[in-house]
Amino acid sequence: MPDTPVQTPQKKLRVGWFTFSCCEDSTVIFTELMNERWELWKKLFDFRHARVLQSNNVMDQMDVAFIEGALNTPSHVAKAKEIRKLATMVVAIGACACTGLPSTQRNTFNAEQQAAIKPLVEKFDFLPKGQKLAEAITVDAMVPGCPMDEKKFLAIIDLALKKFGIVA
Amino acid sequence: MHTVDLSLNAELTKVEGAAMLDVQIRGGKVQSCKFGITESKRFYTQAIRGKPYRGVPALLARICGTCSNAHLICSIEACEHALGIVPTPQSMAMKKLTMAGLNIRDHALHLYLFALPDMWGKDNFLSFDENDPEQHQILHDAFDIKAAGNKLSIVIAGRSVHAINPMVGGFLNVPTKEQVEDLIHTLEHVRPAVLRTIDRFAKCDFRFDRKTHFMALVANPFNYLDGHIISDQGDYISETEYRDHLEHVVIPYSQASGYSFKGKSYMVGALARLNLSKDTLNAKTKASIPTVLTRFPSTNIYDNNLAQAIELLHCVDESIEILQATKFKKEPLVTPAHPSGTGIGVVEAPRGTLYHKVTIGPDGMVVEGDIIVPTGQNQINIEQDMARLVEELLPKDPTADQIQHEIEKLIRAYDPCMSCASHFLKLKLSGVQLRSA
Repeated sequence: MPDTPVQTPQKKLRVGWFTFSCCEDSTVIFTELMNERWELWKKLFDFRHARVLQSNNVMDQMDVAFIEGALNTPSHVAKAKEIRKLATMVVAIGACACTGLPSTQRNTFNAEQQAAIKPLVEKFDFLPKGQKLAEAITVDAMVPGCPMDEKKFLAIIDLALKKFGIVA
Repeated sequence: MHTVDLSLNAELTKVEGAAMLDVQIRGGKVQSCKFGITESKRFYTQAIRGKPYRGVPALLARICGTCSNAHLICSIEACEHALGIVPTPQSMAMKKLTMAGLNIRDHALHLYLFALPDMWGKDNFLSFDENDPEQHQILHDAFDIKAAGNKLSIVIAGRSVHAINPMVGGFLNVPTKEQVEDLIHTLEHVRPAVLRTIDRFAKCDFRFDRKTHFMALVANPFNYLDGHIISDQGDYISETEYRDHLEHVVIPYSQASGYSFKGKSYMVGALARLNLSKDTLNAKTKASIPTVLTRFPSTNIYDNNLAQAIELLHCVDESIEILQATKFKKEPLVTPAHPSGTGIGVVEAPRGTLYHKVTIGPDGMVVEGDIIVPTGQNQINIEQDMARLVEELLPKDPTADQIQHEIEKLIRAYDPCMSCASHFLKLKLSGVQLRSA
């Protein structure tokens, strides 16, 4: 037996960060929050899927999936459902995911505006109406704001780290 | 040359937004190459119709998270031009600081989190090794520079994304003396990290030379708000005439519009700005990097990264000078000279020239608007470059993964922003048998 105990690898929170129809403002805020926290997050997070950070992304079991943006196409809905199956906890991030707006603002257009965008809506296979995330899948928590509320996001991170036994 | 069809789909990563690439290869030649932005349209130019002009800049900032403050300032400028509002000198200084904060934050994000991992053969910036002295320095430099840009944006504009202080007619709040002193200290402190950044990208040996045309809004001294639209062909266009010169190109497979100039593709962004106006950079910036500046004008697309690194230094130096020279005091918003009109705003966003046009009716409601974004202008160039790159790679017997990686690397040099939507570059290769990885 060795004299000193073998150090077990740090258990990490398995995270996915996904974006649908939006401006990705919360993704930018996420990378800005990293300025002060990158050393800690490097130790605590296992990014399974985060297109903004890495090329090697996998769709497998996640503890938490953060989803930004509204759903505007059938493929968005299908992908959201796939994420839901793989993630224990789904968090809607930012106004578009939480409320649909402004990315689903076409839902509020008058007849003239609807007629103007109709060719594009049909050409690119849009849903009849854009959807907030909770219209397609069960959402466990929300971080509203445009961009997302930083304090609420950090509180969700703390909650998830405890819930999944990453920190005491 | 094999002729077996092959197709694969993969994500385009470490960029803003989503895109697809469809390449057709026959007999060792690229038959067609389509680069389409698959981001879902959100119809902002329709959404602003009938809305009060005062709320429109904040709405249009939501076009893009990372360039949001560029859209905000550009839309404000369009509204101000439409209503005959002349910004105060302090308002112009604060707009310049807002643009500087944006460029520092945004360029640092692109250079370190998106581009630098390619230079080090790494997948993720966070995988840099803190225990290696050089990589340790890189990690700290990246987040220190980003944080400085973020701080400048928050203090001046209220937020780094979707800022709340800039309004049509001026700024709602001004920084305190203590905040200004702290900002100057932060910017001076981060300057050595910016110089190290320039050195890192100056040493990069990636090359992709191509002949193209460059266009930018150019002013002397260098800034992101004023001047005329200038091309490398000697064109000198006023902001109000821009629409007479850019041809809208419908790209059927893309949700974004492409543009050409005199029937030819062109490039906008930091490389265009440096190629056209490096002599107008801040004097301290020029004095600090005389050798590096001899690289410009450059036809190497990867020098867009170096140009962004140089702009980091310009923004730091220029901001320090503006902060030192300005005695900030609260001002009332300038009121319109007339109730209606059409105005054009042009700014240099981080990725290139951004155009906003707005028509405001006598009731203060927006009648119509038009927006041209930088990535739309670069879209045709990117597509042409992808085709040539794949053609040059094929004789080297590449794997599909290698083609994917080289394409993404070059696309990242353009720093495209497809932020509206998509998240996927669907790479479809057909007509050739590639060896396995």
